[in-house]
Amino acid sequence: MGLVIIGAMGASYFIANTKTSDPTIISLIVIAVTGMLLIISFVITNSFERIADASRMKTEFISIVSHQLRAPLTNLRFSLDLLTSDKNKEDVSEYYSILKENTTRMGDLIDNLLTVSRIETGKFPLRKETISLEVITKRLIHKFQPFIKASNVEVVLKEEKGLPNTVGDSLWIEQVIENLLDNAIKYTPGGGKIEIKIEKKRGKLYFSIQDSGVGIPKREQKFIFSKFFRSKNALKKQTHGSGLGLHIVKKVLELSGGKIWFKSKENKGTTFFFFLPIKNHQA
Amino acid sequence: MKKILFIEDEADLQKSMGDVLEGQGYEVISALDGEVGLRLAKTRRPDIILLDLILPKKDGFEVFEELKKDSATRDIPVIVLTNLEKMEDVEKALELGARTYLVKANYTLEEVVSKIKKALEQ
Repeated sequence: MGLVIIGAMGASYFIANTKTSDPTIISLIVIAVTGMLLIISFVITNSFERIADASRMKTEFISIVSHQLRAPLTNLRFSLDLLTSDKNKEDVSEYYSILKENTTRMGDLIDNLLTVSRIETGKFPLRKETISLEVITKRLIHKFQPFIKASNVEVVLKEEKGLPNTVGDSLWIEQVIENLLDNAIKYTPGGGKIEIKIEKKRGKLYFSIQDSGVGIPKREQKFIFSKFFRSKNALKKQTHGSGLGLHIVKKVLELSGGKIWFKSKENKGTTFFFFLPIKNHQA
Repeated sequence: MKKILFIEDEADLQKSMGDVLEGQGYEVISALDGEVGLRLAKTRRPDIILLDLILPKKDGFEVFEELKKDSATRDIPVIVLTNLEKMEDVEKALELGARTYLVKANYTLEEVVSKIKKALEQ
């Protein structure tokens, strides 16, 4: 590409020279042609890099999904090997539990994949129900208490009094908050703090969840909502994820009339923000 | 009694492999993440290490590299036990000195245990 630009500079100089003898005009023509070619080469290079990135992420996604499916499959297989052998009949009920949990795990992963597929093809209907973000969040904090205690983190909810409701699919909005809370707990080391805020601002309902965890490296931040992506810091903390969660979260919020974004600093923590429309502001 | 350090984040796999290996007279030391695995390798000096590659805190390759740097753990044989099967992962593990590289999903429990026993006898 560099050679093409140099060649074009030379050619434009010679052509300009045949048309005019004014050095200012010749310079302007050469600069204009060079500038256009630089812009074109930037766009082409960027496109190829995006295609290569997309291709790399797809390969990475297939690798991650294969690994995530193989993990419960191996558990199933080894447990079945034990149950069908003539040895070790003492822990039979425990092995049956392993079989049950791992088939559920595989089912959950496949459900996630199908959800992504439905979102992509526009076959993802969301119900319109009256939702209290405060009620959902309190319920999830209660549900996560054993995990919160085991992780030795503090979870604090700060909500304004008299918060309005929003409208959305309660099941999916609950999954959104659950995903964000689950990630915050997983990626915050023991002794850390997670602060959740719900407030009314600028005619919308704002939710934020701030952790003091591992953070997202700057170079990875643009990929965080991509469906094939898992941050290296995330892999260091927890290996059983498919990389689909945040992609689904973003799509659900957008389809519900909202938006999600975040700010993060490595080793300092991450804050995810989203807003949803307020119920009585719905059309 | 020979000691096997099993560095694997899947608790269910720890259970099934641990039960079989203990039933065959081995002492099994469990580690659910790379950092604990490294610490136990140094403090418990196992006769062999079974090492998964995708691990929390420190991944399997980081653990392997640190094992090789430490004179106390350098000579402990390592069997990589993983579900990754990219050629570059296999090559990297063998370059680091893995005794063998097993893709868990491709073997029965009995086959895996048989390979571990063979490595311990060498």
